[in-house]
Amino acid sequence: MSPHHPAADAEASGERATAAPETAAPILELRGLRVDIAGSRILQGVDLTVPATGVTALMGRNGVGKTTTVRAVLGLLPDEGHITGGQVLFGAERHDITREPTHATVRRGIGYAPEDRGVFTQLTVAENLALAERPGGTPDYALVHELFPELEQRRDQRGGTLSGGQQQMVAIARTLLNENRLIIVDEPTKGLAPRVVSEVTEVLGRAAARVPMLLVEQNLAVIRQLADRAVVLDAGRVVHTGPAAELLADRERTTTLLGVGRAAELPAAEPGSGLTDANTDASNPGAGPDPVRGPGNGNSSKGADR
Amino acid sequence: MSTFVLLTLTGFGLGALYFLIASGLALIFGLMDVLNFAHGAFLTVSAYAAWHTATTVGGVNGLILAVLTGAAVGTVLAVIVERLLIRRLYGRPKEQILVTVGLSLTIPALVQAYWGPDSRPFPVPSALSGTVPVLGANVPVNRFVLIVAAVLVLIGVRLFLDRTRYGLIVRAGVEDRHMVTALGIDVTRAFTLIFALGGALAGLAGVLGGLYFGSLSPHQGTALLIFAFVVVIIGGMHSITGVALSALTVGLVQQYANYYVAGGFGDFAVVILLAVVVLARPTPGRRSPASLLRDLLAPRRAVATTGGQP
Repeated sequence: MSPHHPAADAEASGERATAAPETAAPILELRGLRVDIAGSRILQGVDLTVPATGVTALMGRNGVGKTTTVRAVLGLLPDEGHITGGQVLFGAERHDITREPTHATVRRGIGYAPEDRGVFTQLTVAENLALAERPGGTPDYALVHELFPELEQRRDQRGGTLSGGQQQMVAIARTLLNENRLIIVDEPTKGLAPRVVSEVTEVLGRAAARVPMLLVEQNLAVIRQLADRAVVLDAGRVVHTGPAAELLADRERTTTLLGVGRAAELPAAEPGSGLTDANTDASNPGAGPDPVRGPGNGNSSKGADR
Repeated sequence: MSTFVLLTLTGFGLGALYFLIASGLALIFGLMDVLNFAHGAFLTVSAYAAWHTATTVGGVNGLILAVLTGAAVGTVLAVIVERLLIRRLYGRPKEQILVTVGLSLTIPALVQAYWGPDSRPFPVPSALSGTVPVLGANVPVNRFVLIVAAVLVLIGVRLFLDRTRYGLIVRAGVEDRHMVTALGIDVTRAFTLIFALGGALAGLAGVLGGLYFGSLSPHQGTALLIFAFVVVIIGGMHSITGVALSALTVGLVQQYANYYVAGGFGDFAVVILLAVVVLARPTPGRRSPASLLRDLLAPRRAVATTGGQP
């Protein structure tokens, strides 16, 4: 059973009663995806399945190709990047979205919160949200205001003056405004103070109760709290797939696959205890908690993997 | 004094003309990263189309129709260029520049082949051909027509950007157009719209340029385009108000320099202004003149150090 935030459990069991994860068609499937960027082979043939319910965590050290995978799915590779092989299939209908333009793929019902949050600095919070509205749909502002009351108060504030945590809330809120069939979130807790990490994780948990999620994350405590399945990348290939809890319980494997410095760094297994303790970021073992970033300085630096 | 007033209002009028051209350039570059060297060609073709209408119809009505014709021709030409040529070259800036430069050479050459190389007078209605006394100076009426047009355009573009959905898409797209597509928006439609708007403004500039100079010629657009680029570089590509202020400054500098320094010095003065602005602009790793000045006026307090850490 997946360890979820208690508040989400009631919702979750209600939402999930209808589909048995093992037999329902996956919402997203990558088959042998190969990506070259500026002549370098970054993805060597990625096979990945995101089930139609729950949270699938995409994990791996810096530079293995996590963000590149996500960008390839959405058609957001840089100009020098190309998909050189493989397929990306979306939904039970298995639409081939491999070479589809980004806006068309997103319109099928994908919400995306990128690594740098993608908040427009010159636009207000309200305008950032309004941009995410889709024609023909009814934006669910009630849900957004319920989950993010602070955004309602800051609706006229410019995106560039928000803190990192607030910008992350905007990014996640945009994915919940529409009826999406999949939410893709790339390193949402990067660069955030532990208290803010807790808030973001809680919100993601509530979002994941409604919509399946592909979560790129290196913070093991966050993964422990949210993820059902874990997919680990290394050097552009999938090297492990399986239940997240199993992976996290196997310290030796976690160390080998994720490059965590010392096995003793891993947090204890009690839910919620790891987030306010010493930094549990797998990418930076031994470092203290990150300081709170001031306003206007919220955008985290981009990770090394593309 | 009256000379100063005349120079100032003429500078405003010229600045208004520069703004009409530069605003379209700034929007296109800001959103699409396209340096549209063909912008001057849009202006030229529109000017000749407008000339034809104004000559045929005549009078103030003729001018009004000429404005509409000029804007329409500019729009259509811009949309054709964008859909047939620019759109196929997204993500390839060098090819885009080559295409727009090619157009900037071809189109005026075609215009010249059809209408001849000599400049021809632009039919100015008698109502607008006189002067207006202002503080002792006799200021030609066409200066005010240009100023009013530029102000209306500035207000109109601001309203479009601030109050409409496409304006919102443009403002976001100028910052990060990939994120705009990641929200499910087809940003290429905004591209066509902005190119069309740029074309309309170039067309308007073509007509009003004819009014201002009293004549038009096949290479007028190209000559004006250089100043428009200077205006955009000085004013910044992300603020339409910045472009307006920059256009005003360039117009004034040109007029004052031409009169108070030497005839013909105006162009040189504009280039000096450009160099000063670009060189003084703070770059990463270099401190801005403002912060250097601050240090000069308020010397730093002595810091007691042991290991050399500031």
